Amino acid sequence: MEKIKQLIQAKVPNATMEEKEFLTVTVKPEDLRILAQTLRYDESACFDYLVQLIGVDYGDSLGVVYLLSTSKDLNSCIVIKTTTDRENPMIPTVSDIWGTANLNEREVFGFFGIHFIDHPDMRHLFLTERWKGFPLRKDYDASKAQNPMDLTSYPMPETTTRWVSGEGAIKEEKIQLFKDDDYVLNIGPQHPATHGVLHFRTILEGEIIRKIDVNCGYIHRGIEKLSESLTYPQILHFTDRLDYLSAHINRHALCMCVEKAAEIEVPRRAEYIRTIMDELSRITSHLLSWGCMCMDMGALTAFIYGMRDREKVLDIFEETCGGRLIQNYNVIGGVMADIHPNFVNHVKEFIPYMRKNLKEYHQIYTGNVIARQRMIGVGHLSQETAVSFAVSGPVGRASGFHCDLRKIAPYAAYNDVEFKEIVRTEGDCMARYMNRLDEIEESLHIIEQLIDKIPDGEFCAKTKAIIKLPEGEYFQRIEAARGEFGVYIMSKGEKTPYRLKFRSPSMALVSVMDTICQGAKIADLITIGGSMDYVIPDIDR
Amino acid sequence: MFDFSIVTTWIDEFLRNYLPEFWVLTIEFVVVGVILLALYCIIALILIYFERKICAAFQCRLGPNRVGPYGSIQSVADMLKMLIKEIIPINHTDKILFYLAPFFVVAASFLTFGAIPFGNGLQAIDFNIGVFYLMAVSSLGVIGILLAGWSSNNKYSMIGAMRSGAQLISYELSAGLALMTIVVLSGNMQLSSIIEGQKDCWYLFQGHIPAIIAFIIYLIAGHAETNRGPFDLPEAESELTAGYHTEYSGLQFGFFYLAEYLNMFIIASIATTVFLGGWMPFHVTGLDGFNQIMDYIPSVIWFFGKAFVLMFLSLWVRWTFPRLRIDQLLNLEWKYLLPINMVNLLVMVILVIYGLHF
Repeated sequence: MEKIKQLIQAKVPNATMEEKEFLTVTVKPEDLRILAQTLRYDESACFDYLVQLIGVDYGDSLGVVYLLSTSKDLNSCIVIKTTTDRENPMIPTVSDIWGTANLNEREVFGFFGIHFIDHPDMRHLFLTERWKGFPLRKDYDASKAQNPMDLTSYPMPETTTRWVSGEGAIKEEKIQLFKDDDYVLNIGPQHPATHGVLHFRTILEGEIIRKIDVNCGYIHRGIEKLSESLTYPQILHFTDRLDYLSAHINRHALCMCVEKAAEIEVPRRAEYIRTIMDELSRITSHLLSWGCMCMDMGALTAFIYGMRDREKVLDIFEETCGGRLIQNYNVIGGVMADIHPNFVNHVKEFIPYMRKNLKEYHQIYTGNVIARQRMIGVGHLSQETAVSFAVSGPVGRASGFHCDLRKIAPYAAYNDVEFKEIVRTEGDCMARYMNRLDEIEESLHIIEQLIDKIPDGEFCAKTKAIIKLPEGEYFQRIEAARGEFGVYIMSKGEKTPYRLKFRSPSMALVSVMDTICQGAKIADLITIGGSMDYVIPDIDR
Repeated sequence: MFDFSIVTTWIDEFLRNYLPEFWVLTIEFVVVGVILLALYCIIALILIYFERKICAAFQCRLGPNRVGPYGSIQSVADMLKMLIKEIIPINHTDKILFYLAPFFVVAASFLTFGAIPFGNGLQAIDFNIGVFYLMAVSSLGVIGILLAGWSSNNKYSMIGAMRSGAQLISYELSAGLALMTIVVLSGNMQLSSIIEGQKDCWYLFQGHIPAIIAFIIYLIAGHAETNRGPFDLPEAESELTAGYHTEYSGLQFGFFYLAEYLNMFIIASIATTVFLGGWMPFHVTGLDGFNQIMDYIPSVIWFFGKAFVLMFLSLWVRWTFPRLRIDQLLNLEWKYLLPINMVNLLVMVILVIYGLHF
């Protein structure tokens, strides 16, 4: 870190640095690009993985917080902050340095009104152009009169704006998204294969895809804004509803963040239970992903087999937690109730059953020549693109990006287990598919090692009735089934957060769809979408 | 074997005694038409029920089991539902073509019904160009599909129809050539003489290697012709939300649905007639006692039994394999099936010339 500090001092003398959880560098917007390029391209720094891009309303100014990491060592992180004034907020874009900044900056623009100079496509991401006001600003007028419910049907926008810098002044330019003779097909929002309400406007040339324009926001519920008026135990319930397939893991992330900030020590028994439940969630998520991917390609029987096995895990969940899809089990300090007496036995029965069925899956689908033809070589994602677009999880690992946070930055009980990180280098749909099936095997292995050794003790630490986090900023990163899920809490010492942001792994997956689907056929788009396995409520929050 | 032509000639003579020629023919046409229509619908209902039960068996579940004993009346309930559903009129479609399209598809499959021999003497029309007629008439279905996709004013339907058109036209070639292989073996296109020729041994065994290859190719190509299974890209539910019949509802969709199941039955029955002996029982030359026992089973049961086995194969493939992409599908046809087919035809011709068949 010393070398990085010296590097920054050399390139950007005006930067202020603080040592908080990570090294935090504050710069003015003019110096942002120099700092970003230094950190990204300099050999000693090489921060090529933009983990979180967060917009914050500081009251007197608006700002953006960037959490950067390097793909070689996910443990080393650095935070950049920049602020701009409220009347005419302008910050230079970093979307040419890190591809993932494209959609994230659009989100910040929509919620805060900060214009990003030289961003290629400055449109709102979740709300329409007709929305009045900027929702996540503190002075936002949330009354119904301001934004009434409008039942008229408006055509979708065909133009986008760009704020272009040049000759000192910043000009606003309007760019056409589609040319007159483009054949635009709307895939979604109601479509069996988009796994949720996602809208792709696809420009086709016969069967070949030329460009995909992603349109999200159909299931935007304003979770981040709502969280600013709720207490931490209440916010926990939102995390289940983001990526509902790894509901347990998301809740675990928020619990860990709050526990770290409030310095609550979680008992070892609770950590073991949380880890086992995490891995069971991961198995259910991958089973559903496998089933849906096969169903999208036409093999409906495979879907039913995946669901049948998933039911066994859901029965285990229901016994202990009461919930199947949304387990509602983690609380701040531990878990809500102790495990059911039959839990250990049922899990031990499940493990050999699942192993046997995994072999069946490989027999029925993986070796099938039609399936192989559909998946091998389709949708190639290179490692640089994956890192640039912050694609993690089984998809990132299929492109050679070592991003398993359970191995690199272990938390909960992952220190006590031996398991392999499944990494492949081909980067096509087949690699992603095999990654998921192999990860199910690894999860079974982890559960096997933990299930007999659950320590006795408390299942939940005693916490105060009202939890107030000390003032400051807290980051938390966790390995969800789809990739890296992150939490950012900025607290001013109250019982509600000042700003809460969830880093969505699925947003990265969707942002890279346009890049890898160029030149593919429509049938390939479906296969690639299935192999990416994004869950839309996670993107839209 | 009981010959149904005894019954039909008796009815014919009975009518001729009492009525002039014109009325005899009219009554016979109407009766045959009604019987074929009824058979059409009943076979479809039974097929739908069997598909659901067999599909459920593959997927480790039960299938319909509430409506009627073992769910047997489920198909009837579905048919009633289809009949009373609203036909939603769509704006901006080409109305005439839109309403015409389902009829083409149904008419094409219905026309083939007239030529299929369901049993000994149970054949409506016995053309001397039977096989050729069947091929020609089942190709009419393409028009219906293209019309449906075009007139729906919907990009998805258009893509589905284009894909389907390309697919059907390509696979007709393979199906036709495979049938030609057997025509070479039998020397005749007339369906009744093809069946007569299989009295001692089915063509599948008579023609050994080329006949088996032709059989496999015909089953694959026929499967592709029906837009089912690994070849159902035109109506891929997960991609195009029903493809060329997206915009149809109620009875019009019912027609497409009906035609799809009956096409499967027709492909199976043509394959049965030409390769597996139609309504001829399984005879082995030399074992007279065995042959006599086989003769006791009525011809209708033989025919439907063989067709059912082939349809089971069709369902098996459909519920196991994922679907092929359109370019892989066309690849399969033009680069693999067609060359193999042509070589196979040549081999069969050599076989027949030198008398190397059984």
